[in-house]
Amino acid sequence: MKRRTFIKQLALSAAVASIGLGSTSLYAQQKTVKVGVLHSLSGTMAISETVLKDVALMAFEEINAKGGVMGAKIEPVVVDPASNWPLFAEKARQLISQDKVAATFGCWTSVSRKSVLPVFEELNGLLFYPVQYEGEEISKNVFYTGAAPNQQAIPAVEYLMSKDGGSAKRWVLLGTDYVYPRTTNKILRAFLKSKGVAEADILEEYTPFGHSDYQTIIAKIKKFASEGKKTAVVSTINGDSNVPFYKELGNQGLKATDVPVVAFSVGEEELRGVDTKPLVGHLAAWNYFMSIKAPANSEFTKKWSTYAKAKNIAGHKDKALTNDPMEATYIGIYMWKQAVEKAKSFEVAKVSAAMAGQTFKAPSGITSTMDAKNHHLHKAVFIGEIKADGQFNVVWKTKGPVKAQPWSPFIAGNEKKVDEPALMAEKKK
Amino acid sequence: MIRSVRQRAGALLGALALAFFGLPAHALDAAAVGRLAFGDGDERIEAIGALVAAGEPRVRELLQALADGELQTAGERVLIVRGEAGFDAVSGERIAPLPAERDEVVANNRLRSAVGAALASLKLLAPERATRLEAARALSGAVDAATAPLLRRALEREADAEIRSLLAMTVASLDLASSDRATRLAAIRALGDSSSASVKPLLAAAAKDPDPEIGSAAKLSLVAVEGRLKWGEIGGLLFTGVSLGSILLLAALGLAITYGLMGVINMAHGELIMIGAYTAYVVQNAFRQLGLFEWYLLAAVPAAFAVAALVGMLLERAVIRWLYGRPLETLLATWGISLVLIQGVRTLFGAQNVLVENPAWMSGGIAALSNLVLPWNRIAIIVFAALVLAAIGLLLARTRLGLYVRGVTQNREMASCVGVPTARVDTLAFGLGAGIAGLAGCALSQLGNVGPDLGQGYIVDSFMVVVFGGVGQLAGTVYAALVLGFGNKFLEASSGAVIAKIVVLVFIIVFIQHRPQGLFALKGRAA
Repeated sequence: MKRRTFIKQLALSAAVASIGLGSTSLYAQQKTVKVGVLHSLSGTMAISETVLKDVALMAFEEINAKGGVMGAKIEPVVVDPASNWPLFAEKARQLISQDKVAATFGCWTSVSRKSVLPVFEELNGLLFYPVQYEGEEISKNVFYTGAAPNQQAIPAVEYLMSKDGGSAKRWVLLGTDYVYPRTTNKILRAFLKSKGVAEADILEEYTPFGHSDYQTIIAKIKKFASEGKKTAVVSTINGDSNVPFYKELGNQGLKATDVPVVAFSVGEEELRGVDTKPLVGHLAAWNYFMSIKAPANSEFTKKWSTYAKAKNIAGHKDKALTNDPMEATYIGIYMWKQAVEKAKSFEVAKVSAAMAGQTFKAPSGITSTMDAKNHHLHKAVFIGEIKADGQFNVVWKTKGPVKAQPWSPFIAGNEKKVDEPALMAEKKK
Repeated sequence: MIRSVRQRAGALLGALALAFFGLPAHALDAAAVGRLAFGDGDERIEAIGALVAAGEPRVRELLQALADGELQTAGERVLIVRGEAGFDAVSGERIAPLPAERDEVVANNRLRSAVGAALASLKLLAPERATRLEAARALSGAVDAATAPLLRRALEREADAEIRSLLAMTVASLDLASSDRATRLAAIRALGDSSSASVKPLLAAAAKDPDPEIGSAAKLSLVAVEGRLKWGEIGGLLFTGVSLGSILLLAALGLAITYGLMGVINMAHGELIMIGAYTAYVVQNAFRQLGLFEWYLLAAVPAAFAVAALVGMLLERAVIRWLYGRPLETLLATWGISLVLIQGVRTLFGAQNVLVENPAWMSGGIAALSNLVLPWNRIAIIVFAALVLAAIGLLLARTRLGLYVRGVTQNREMASCVGVPTARVDTLAFGLGAGIAGLAGCALSQLGNVGPDLGQGYIVDSFMVVVFGGVGQLAGTVYAALVLGFGNKFLEASSGAVIAKIVVLVFIIVFIQHRPQGLFALKGRAA
């Protein structure tokens, strides 16, 4: 009896020792850290989001090649929420509680972000959101590397009002029917009113997700534009609906010199499937364009094109394109790495604290700074006109980086809100 | 060759302009060219005015280069670069070799429309009628007072009636701002004959004039113009209704056969459409390789039919024929198949949408009225839908296969008794329905996005059309498609796309409750 227990104990301790030995040696060789990538790879948003997954993988590979984050290799966990908003929340939960990721890079539409937000707050995860959005949100668990309305929508409308932009007096606010376009248009409406635009000179129109027949909408725009004064269209159409919209625009002969369309969700990638010759002169407002001339940008585009060729990424292997959300993803990943190294920890609270004031030489040619308090980036705003080859001519830009205002002053009740997640959390209590 | 023609045309125009302005020809004003290339917004617009006013023949070439994005700068120099050849913008001399460091001169919308107007005003004196007509069209509604003298002189010299009337309208819209009362009145009356939307705001402004005579004349003209524009709007609405109707019809025709005639609830119908669209994509790529891109649709249409029909017949043989008379099981099985097909295509072609381009003849549109443009791709699809409908009608009414299909669907036992191979007829009929779905996919690829989920968007619409029209009725399907098309578009025009979709669905639900047999019911003992 005694001998048996002794043998048992011996065997057990040997086993424990060997496991311990094995794992420590493994630990020393390839310490890894898991990171989530949460982008739709199918469904209506795949047109925009797939490439963000690829650029994130490229950044991880780059970081790993240079020794990883604090000596740990990044191990990406890629999931496909399939443009299905509730599935976003499920996948986010899986990433945080099952895969135990240190940070997640993902989401495009605001409705997907709103769907994962409670999950990240409940499980104390860390999300980097790389797309322009409507503001009206601040969370201690999210860093927003895309633009807030004052970093994209408002400057674009101001440009169209200026002499060089065509002195537009009448406005069509056209969007897909969900939270981002609705809120952006609410802000723009208030802004336009503050500039003396009458109610009758604003037309607001929405279409469902995946809408593909834009005949009536274009006819309406034409009619509205013919009723006097220079008209401009502000488009917050999202996803693959943009292809039929721009096709119809071209076919119906609505030229940019007559009625310019400025889009907030259309970049180089979305225009890939469209014949851009009839669209020359229509505009987009972003914080980055592929055509920007800056050393950091030529390096970024070169890296991407080499990576796309090496990985055989559909479309990009023949014609590599970069766009604003790709740049924002890239900035986000590097800032996270810098913050982890500053905090010397992967813990969400410590990394969040270390994010404040991080800087990164962005491909757009400016040095992006993470705001000390509000979790948003300071970004420069560029306005570009579509060229015949699907690229953009930058026709206007801000003098320098602009600080984000997540609580737009053009929405009533926002005066009392503070753009600081810690204070906001206290206020809620 | 092309160059020499262009040069000759340039020289001709030069001679003409020379005669017109009576100035000697020499190099362009270097300062103005510099301002055009390096200045800010206002300076550049001003430079265009100065260059046009100087009346140099080569101004047209310079502005055309700017419009085409061929203008570049190298240091202080302004160049026109076409491919590998470079010319000095001021002197016109050829520059070889080209400087390595060059910047593009970026044009924005404001500059582009100023260049367009300047070019059009220069072209007004061109010898070719087509060029003048195009210029007169471009100028209507987009002129400033500076071009007025030029316009008047061009109007005096013009012999062609169509161009004259266009120019007269443009001159009248300028005269509207005149200080002479009689001129204004004449202009207002002249504009009453216009059918261009751009005169509406001008007249509306004049209607508020304190002078009662001018005000009332303007109101009269405004009513006349609006009346003419109204036709364009109504025409546009009708056209979009027919267009949507034709798309719904194409999507539903195949289902009208498989569900309507054969009674198979085929949830994979949308995926058969998707297969047709992907076939068009594959054929397009093959034809692009061969350099015959413009003609790919000729092959894509039969290929889409064949591939979808083949898949349909396979489905029928392998799955559906075991489930005849068991609608619930059929529904579940075909729904499963639809998921398999979607995932299959996703694995084969990737989850992203693929690019199916229109051939050049299907881009753009015809201007039926001044405010009504009918896009070619929509016209093509309406015609295509009509052809497919006619073909199916003939096939069902006039051929032996059609006779068999009707016979088998009406009374299977009796048909079998008189020697009709019912099993084979089932397979062929299902293949026909699937093939038509493939044709629909080929047509839809010309309008919207082609992706693995393409069919999902049409399955509900297709069932809606077939059920609304009356099951078992081809004519019912046609009427239902058109009614839903028009209904949807009229609602969209008045209350927006989101509400329209909801209202149409609610309408169908209510309608089916009150009339479950659809618009047209089969009359007979069975019904």
